[in-house]
Amino acid sequence: MIDKTVASLAEAVAGIQDGATVLVGGFGNAGMPHELVDALIAQGARDLTIVSNNAGNGDTGLAALIRERRVRKVVCSFPRQADSWHFDTAWREGRIELELVPQGNLAERLRAAGAGVGAFFTPTGFGTQLAEGKETRVIDGRGYVLEYPIRGDFALVRAHRGDRWGNLVYRKAARNFGPAMAMAAKVAIAQVDEIVPLGALDPEAIVTPGIFVKRVVLAATASTTATTATSEAA
Amino acid sequence: MSARPQDLPAAAPAWKRLSRDAMAARVARDIHEGAYVNLGIGLPTLVANHLPQGREVILHSENGLLGMGPAPAPGQEDWDVINAGKQPVTLLPGGSWFHSADSFAMMRGGHLDICVLGAFQVSATGDLANWHTGAPEAIPAVGGAMDLAIGARQVYVMMEHVTKAGEPKVVAECSYPLTAVGCVDRLYTDLAVIDVTPAGLVAREWVEGLSFDELQRMTDAPLARG
Repeated sequence: MIDKTVASLAEAVAGIQDGATVLVGGFGNAGMPHELVDALIAQGARDLTIVSNNAGNGDTGLAALIRERRVRKVVCSFPRQADSWHFDTAWREGRIELELVPQGNLAERLRAAGAGVGAFFTPTGFGTQLAEGKETRVIDGRGYVLEYPIRGDFALVRAHRGDRWGNLVYRKAARNFGPAMAMAAKVAIAQVDEIVPLGALDPEAIVTPGIFVKRVVLAATASTTATTATSEAA
Repeated sequence: MSARPQDLPAAAPAWKRLSRDAMAARVARDIHEGAYVNLGIGLPTLVANHLPQGREVILHSENGLLGMGPAPAPGQEDWDVINAGKQPVTLLPGGSWFHSADSFAMMRGGHLDICVLGAFQVSATGDLANWHTGAPEAIPAVGGAMDLAIGARQVYVMMEHVTKAGEPKVVAECSYPLTAVGCVDRLYTDLAVIDVTPAGLVAREWVEGLSFDELQRMTDAPLARG
């Protein structure tokens, strides 16, 4: 019998090795798998490369992982926020490397990894600092930049419900990077609010089919916590 | 030519800058029935408050919402339902959720009719600078700005005409790092509405009491009257 559910958060993050690339879902705190990240802190892996839209908010989740000095490099689109103080400090002290990626390129590079695409040309970033040193091509009169997939050793995502086959549905806009990250990692680990019997999820509505998911763990928590709104002008 | 404070008339000017709400109302007038629209963080979010009653416009949020509605009543926040600025919002009947790769396909794929963005600078050829001042101590953050700028069919920029120090923000060439090349279609400032055309910048309207020559002096790129 296939059973991807695991009994504990510790079991869910077992085997994440030092130096691993870990994809972490979430847009700010919506969809952030806080409990899995807490378990990863307790597990002790270091020198991690973290791929996530943001670089931590407040003092929990990814921010706590950075505070604990477990992260060597962050690949993200929007690190600087009103409440990103742990990343800010690490960056200013030169303790953390940053690869800044436009958000759509981040999502598509993850999707490409999951879909087996070798690289793709995108118009996003053409003619900007973020395309410096990258291969470009003009196609039908428009400039494009060659972008490569982002593959993860592990993905930590937060979904709403899951079953023992690893099928997932998400909750509202907490979906964000979850589906693309689940596809892009060798081992995708989902924390869910509820584990349901096989067949309980409507096949028409399953967002991440179980083929992309290796482990499912129950982490019933209150809804995501408030985050301070960004103070960005643009 | 740059307009510096000493170049401006010493006497109180005969014109008045548009308020942020007046700018938002002006942008809202140009958003058509049925449009799919993304409003950037900051000033552009005000546009939502000025869309006329009865005009059906579908707002897109980069984190995976179409049919975004206004902020919920206090106490009704659902923190899984937020906008790009991570503030709580609502979803209107008919709205949908989707994942980030699909959300950015909506931009990159040319499906969004209009995006409205803030800016540090816009050049005479429609280059946009709105993500980074380039200051070495500043932590760069780009979010979805570059994807929006190249993706939406119409890119509107909403910004003050000059900086607080009086430096023009409409310039011959951007000195700040670019968000995208040649992407801006129309500029709404607190002084004027300016189109970016193949022939250069064309001022379509400007605030009452301001002369075209005065507008030109506060603009660091040649303007045509249109």
